[in-house]
Amino acid sequence: MAAASRISSLLSRSLASSTSSSLISKGRIYGVGRSVVCGYTTAAALEKPITPSVKVTYTKLLINGDYVDSASGKTFPTYDPRTGDVIAHVAEGDAEDINRAVSAARKAFDEGPWPKTTAYERSRVLFKFADLIDQHTEELATLETWDNGKPYEQAAKVELPMISRLIRYYAGWADKIHGLTVPADSPHLVQTIHEPIGVAGQIIPWNFPLLMFAWKVAPALACGNTVVVKTAEQTPLSALYAAKLLQEAGIPAGVVNVVSGYGPTAGAALASHMQVDKLAFTGSTETGKIVLQLAAKTNLKPVTLELGGKSPFIVCKDADVDKAVELAHFALFFNQGQCCCAGSRTYVHESVYDEFLEKAKARALKRSVGDPFVAGIEQGPQIDSEQFEKIMKYIRSGVESGATLETGGERIGDKGYYIQPTVFSNVNENMLISKDEIFGPVQSILKFKDINEVIRRANTTTYGLAAGVFTQDIDTANTLTRALKVGTVWVNCYDVFDAAIPFGGYKMSGQGREKGIHCLSNYLQVKAVVTPLKDPAWI
Amino acid sequence: MANHSNGNSNHTESSFKIPPIKFTKLFINGDFVDSVSGKTLDTIDPRTGEVITKVSLGDAEDIDLAVKAARQAFDHGPWPRMSGSERGLIMLKFADLIEKNADELAALDAVNGGKVFALCKVIDVAEASKALRYYAGAADKIHGTVLKLSKGLHGYTLREPIGVVGSIIPWNFPTVMFFMKTAPALAAGCTIVLKPAEQTPLSALYYAHLAKLAGVPDGVLNVVNGHGHTTGAAISSHMDIDKVTFTGSTEVGRKIMTAAAASNLKPVSLELGGKSPLLIFDDADIDQAAEIAFRALFFNKGEICVASSRVFVQEGIYEKIEKKLIEKAKATVVGDPFDPKVHQGPQTDKKQFEKILSYIELGKREGATLLTGGNRVGQKGYYIEPTIFANVKDDMTIAREEIFGPVMSLMKFRTMEEVIKRANDTTYGLAAGIITKNLNVANTVSRSIRAGVIWINCYTAFDVDCPYGGYKMSGFGRDYGLDALNQYLQTKSVVTPVVDSPCTIGSFDEDPDDSTHIYAQNYPTPPGSSSSPTVPSILLASHPSTPGPTPPVPPLRRASWRKSPAPRLSCWIQRRISSPSGLLHPTGELDSRPLDRGDPWTWASTCGAQRTPSPNSRLHRIC
Repeated sequence: MAAASRISSLLSRSLASSTSSSLISKGRIYGVGRSVVCGYTTAAALEKPITPSVKVTYTKLLINGDYVDSASGKTFPTYDPRTGDVIAHVAEGDAEDINRAVSAARKAFDEGPWPKTTAYERSRVLFKFADLIDQHTEELATLETWDNGKPYEQAAKVELPMISRLIRYYAGWADKIHGLTVPADSPHLVQTIHEPIGVAGQIIPWNFPLLMFAWKVAPALACGNTVVVKTAEQTPLSALYAAKLLQEAGIPAGVVNVVSGYGPTAGAALASHMQVDKLAFTGSTETGKIVLQLAAKTNLKPVTLELGGKSPFIVCKDADVDKAVELAHFALFFNQGQCCCAGSRTYVHESVYDEFLEKAKARALKRSVGDPFVAGIEQGPQIDSEQFEKIMKYIRSGVESGATLETGGERIGDKGYYIQPTVFSNVNENMLISKDEIFGPVQSILKFKDINEVIRRANTTTYGLAAGVFTQDIDTANTLTRALKVGTVWVNCYDVFDAAIPFGGYKMSGQGREKGIHCLSNYLQVKAVVTPLKDPAWI
Repeated sequence: MANHSNGNSNHTESSFKIPPIKFTKLFINGDFVDSVSGKTLDTIDPRTGEVITKVSLGDAEDIDLAVKAARQAFDHGPWPRMSGSERGLIMLKFADLIEKNADELAALDAVNGGKVFALCKVIDVAEASKALRYYAGAADKIHGTVLKLSKGLHGYTLREPIGVVGSIIPWNFPTVMFFMKTAPALAAGCTIVLKPAEQTPLSALYYAHLAKLAGVPDGVLNVVNGHGHTTGAAISSHMDIDKVTFTGSTEVGRKIMTAAAASNLKPVSLELGGKSPLLIFDDADIDQAAEIAFRALFFNKGEICVASSRVFVQEGIYEKIEKKLIEKAKATVVGDPFDPKVHQGPQTDKKQFEKILSYIELGKREGATLLTGGNRVGQKGYYIEPTIFANVKDDMTIAREEIFGPVMSLMKFRTMEEVIKRANDTTYGLAAGIITKNLNVANTVSRSIRAGVIWINCYTAFDVDCPYGGYKMSGFGRDYGLDALNQYLQTKSVVTPVVDSPCTIGSFDEDPDDSTHIYAQNYPTPPGSSSSPTVPSILLASHPSTPGPTPPVPPLRRASWRKSPAPRLSCWIQRRISSPSGLLHPTGELDSRPLDRGDPWTWASTCGAQRTPSPNSRLHRIC
């Protein structure tokens, strides 16, 4: 089944009855006993979080094929966002650890065997890795939920299958990376050879820890590169586990190195390292700027950036309101609103605005928030206290700037980082909540009159990551599709993330594209080879 | 079973136990079934000429049943409707199953085709898994293109599976050919009716079984054994087969193409015979050159369409190369292909065996010098000595016709210009080899030889990512590589007017010779359509002359968009004009009046209007 349809199955809210993970058996009993934890007012449901039955095995840095302590010996705690309690202490990488990881990756690249392995063999390692991911879905999804707070069902049934799918996709590319023979003006044979770029530094965020790991690592490896990944300090666990599976699949030592640590230390060391040939970063626009500067100040390594967004979701007058409400709700609230492409500005045509608003509010009220290990839960806690505070601050700002708080706006319970699904109406473009990326469960609904107006308003942002368009009219769809300055337009759908669909931003949402064929070029050098032809039959 | 060496008989017994034959019926719609007629065909062990087993013998009626199943599977079944990644997963599983059964599969090809067992396993069967994995990885990468159309149109192409594919494959590489054809067709989402060669049906039936185990739905892959003139002919002339792909002789390829033309004009791809030259230049390393040349011809007992059956050696090293080749031929062990010491097994069948021997006689009669070999080996089975002729002239039969056996023709040349000319002096153009250290020679010869594959300092260097097929009468179309996928895909272009696009403003360009804009200006807008497409104000914000939220539309733009759909729509209308729906004017002229955005697709009503188009309209000329 395609990953896209898995995501959309979330829309049907039929997950409550379908889970069967032994790892969350306690959760099922809990869920059955209480029926579904429905609506965010059931704060009591948060009092006794389920204990995940997975052991945290890998907490050290993976450098040159071994799990090692950090050079400094320091560790940092990683927290359970349901409670704020410590899950484990993880080795804290810093500049010295990055140095070690880069030199391992450098050696693995310069001396092989990985870049010298045949493409077919590389593809077989990646196919095996995908199989292993499938075999370890429960452990990985459990770690993901524990460390991140996302619903277990989402991790296990949507994200993990997307991950193995994406890895197979790039496995299939490994032996199809083609250069060109190029027409020449003169008697010359011209060829382009696509070579791996070298050591890739990859810095990934905490909202989809394992998915982002796969987005970065799979294409880089398919092309024959070696990598140093810095995971987010909030979510170091799943990548360390997955890296073990990569080794089991046959990745040689030094080809994949994983360093846990903080941005200003480990991240900065990677971005400014003179031996790193390429940098890929997913995260905030603010940090993206720093990363790009560091690359510019050091060895001019090329950088791909996948940054923030303030993506419009446009509901036109001919829309089926019920469907539009559900999709707009999903576009914003999916993953606790912690998506870079979240549909965080919901533009609704005035003719359907009132109905839409009423139904959107009702839908948010119905959203089940609670322990993400419980079956049927749609929304878990936010990632950490910093994000939690930031979101609460934006909610206050929304109220203060005159937007109407339709529902939500409060924290849930007194432990962990749960926030009520929140809906604002009467939002305008001058308000902070419609300008800044909130990265939380806060929907802003804006009213518009005509297409030209909504195009102008939708484009009034420094971001340009994605947009949703909801209409049955072919002309409206085509017009909006072309007029919106964004990297992805979803027409009558949202968050469809097939491995083959390129993803990335216009404007300050970033540079370059991930996924699809386009991502390969991020990890390849092009070498033109030119030689004169003596007396050729033709040129 | 006797084991022979060239010259010296060396009798040993093969210890390998041939597995029992499990599958002998036709595989149609997911089941093994008897043929409608109930007839069977003896399949022969070329080591002895004895019968291995009887397999069901398919005929036109069986092809009908198989096509019906394939048609149903294509028109209504899940296979073409799955995502490419889902098809890919099934193909990956198929590849794994082949690896698990590699010994048995290799044994089937060895006993059925006289192929060396050890090589079957590491080359043929390994290649099958590899091809499946390669195309499994391609199944989710079949991209159409989004087009950059002029003047307010948006267009894209869809790459759709072509439909039911008829595949007819030869006996020299039963496994490799099976997957060379089926792997890309499966990846594309096609359904298949495959006829293996009547000499070598056994492994194909086994693969059909494994396909089912892997999850290929019923009807997607059908295997019908039979003869070319009956079963093969039924495929190539079938009205419900959308595409035929054939590998075999040029003579049969011509028949297939004729049948396709006479029936439903199905597209055909043909991978046919060859008389491929290998050019060894004076600067070559003697040992390396001799080794490449020897394998290039004698691999698979010479039964390979790319065999380098014309070896041109530059005069400076000719004697040395000739000597080495004779040594190699004499050292070749001919015998039971299951014996690990054996290099060369028997020819595939009696007919081939006799044909090869008759070419050898012809070579002698026409005056070529027989350097070594020339005889059958032993008294049983179809073994022939590795045979080398020298002093072969370009016009001798053995230098012109495809022998398809272990018979090498050695020729001497002086200059590069001369050898290029001689190498190209053939109706074939499948492959060629060049052995030289000189970059200029390599490049010049590569471009000069009219052949589909050029191997420089190597030969038979096949790779699943490397397209392969012929120039001239060696066929057309390409197997392997991403090119092969194209053989199983249709391209559908989808075009629609796009209004108010930021792109259409920039793309406007006025063609002074284009009178179509006169239409746009002279014809009134049809009732019910909007009179002036508006430009999004955001797009005009930087346009100082058009301020304000609802600016007047620049006249040029109005003309441009209105004229744009007209020529294309008119072409489209003309294609459908044969239906008696009043689309033609009484004058017999086509109404090429531009259609407006109000109802661009209700062309019938618009075109039915009794308007007289301008006699100067360029549209008439275009269409």
